[in-house]
Amino acid sequence: MALLQLKSVGQTYFSRTSATTALEDISLSVQEGEFISLLGPSGCGKSTLLSMIAGLLTPTVGSVTVNNQPVTSPHPKIGYMLQQDYLFPWKTIQENITLGLKLRNQHSFENVQAAVKLLKEIGLDQTLTKYPSELSGGMRQRVALVRTLATQPKILLLDEPFSALDYQTKLKLEDLVSSTLKEHGKTAILVTHDIGEAIAMSDTVILLSTNPGRIFRTFKMPESLRTLPPFEARQHPDFSATFQQIWEELEHIEQNDKE
Amino acid sequence: MNKTIKSKIHQEYLESIKKENRNIRLVQLFIFISFFLLWEISSLRGWINPLLFSSPTKIGSLFIEKIGDGSLYIHVIFTLGETVLGFILGTVLGTLLAALLWWSPFLSKVLDPYLVVLNAMPKVALGPILIVAIGPNFGSIIAMGILISIIITTLVVYTAFKNVDVNYIKVVRSFGGNKKQCFKEVILPACFPNIISSLKVNVGLSWVGVIVGEFLVSKQGLGYMIIYGFQVFNFTLVLMSLLIIAVMATVMYQGVEWLERKLIKHRI
Repeated sequence: MALLQLKSVGQTYFSRTSATTALEDISLSVQEGEFISLLGPSGCGKSTLLSMIAGLLTPTVGSVTVNNQPVTSPHPKIGYMLQQDYLFPWKTIQENITLGLKLRNQHSFENVQAAVKLLKEIGLDQTLTKYPSELSGGMRQRVALVRTLATQPKILLLDEPFSALDYQTKLKLEDLVSSTLKEHGKTAILVTHDIGEAIAMSDTVILLSTNPGRIFRTFKMPESLRTLPPFEARQHPDFSATFQQIWEELEHIEQNDKE
Repeated sequence: MNKTIKSKIHQEYLESIKKENRNIRLVQLFIFISFFLLWEISSLRGWINPLLFSSPTKIGSLFIEKIGDGSLYIHVIFTLGETVLGFILGTVLGTLLAALLWWSPFLSKVLDPYLVVLNAMPKVALGPILIVAIGPNFGSIIAMGILISIIITTLVVYTAFKNVDVNYIKVVRSFGGNKKQCFKEVILPACFPNIISSLKVNVGLSWVGVIVGEFLVSKQGLGYMIIYGFQVFNFTLVLMSLLIIAVMATVMYQGVEWLERKLIKHRI
């Protein structure tokens, strides 16, 4: 039984002069504990797809279900992490990580303690009373992860969460996010345009084509890479072979797009 | 680098900053003193008409006299109260109106041309209507103070509301937050700096509204003193009132700046 299911989902945007189909006929089922990456050129509707799963956007056609229940509004079991941290600069770190609890009416002592414990796990417990402006970019994105995890979602949607960081920080965070999610048994969907990141972190990589966005191909990552933490997976001999394979497919999409 | 040398250079750097600040203060003080000195001498020597421009010593002795007989307090308190009330109410009501526009995009589209017209219109011209409608009293003076600042506050704050990064709202919405929570958690706190800066503008505007209001109706207040001084050709009284207004407006502005530092300490 799949945890998350998309059935021929499509999204069309309307403007005065045109109707643009961003996504078409996306069907997908995600098992509990699975890590999936959506990979594709810019403008393939990756972020649109994530917004629909998050319940922020209603699909024009098709349905999104979690445990067979349709998602019509932001679902309590789904957490969303954005491209940048978007921590609220006027709130302390503690107020920031408990924002979701407050909004979801789960602001109990135990839940706040759990969020603080999570912050400690991630090595930032001494920043509790600080403000986001006093933290570095990598630290802030880690706090944003804690904020997302604090409401204890089952599914995590990651919208290019490492793209605004420098390379070294990005590699470290990939490992941290990967191990944290595994430890807590979370299901994750990562949107990225970085092939290496997708391979290193996921169990399954889904390639999207453009105009309109469709599922072009699905790759199961080799067992040898899936068991390794992202940084070590990048060093594994299977990594470059998989990279090559996906690279060629991406080139293929781009050529189709030009024709 | 050697630690003692480093701290020595740092010391020199701090000295140079201190010195610059001291020089700025000195020149400011020099301008202040020479302005009043020049005013006094020109008036004494008859370079300027002493009847019209009075002189600092005359203003000073009138000030002491008015303080002595206690007649100044009531005027100052009256005007100050009206102005503070006017600019606080103007800012609060303007912000509320902006919130209403943010809440209902339909309403904001409907009201858009009216706001533009109202903003362009000289509000002071509404004075006579206010007096007839509310009566020649305290109420119509405060109404003038509010009227002059409310529309511009609405426009400035509403623009700020609209320009808040939508991703903050996305964060709140992804946690199931509703529109009210978006406003309370994101829109309002994100726009505090803008509201404070419109408060700064409103300090000046409310003084204009209140003084004009007092010109028209009042039996008390600094605006009344100015118009009375003009009628009896006592320009010492007019200039004294003006100087008191200048000092009080400055103090209020400083107060708002202090509030600003308190409220938006942690912004980047």
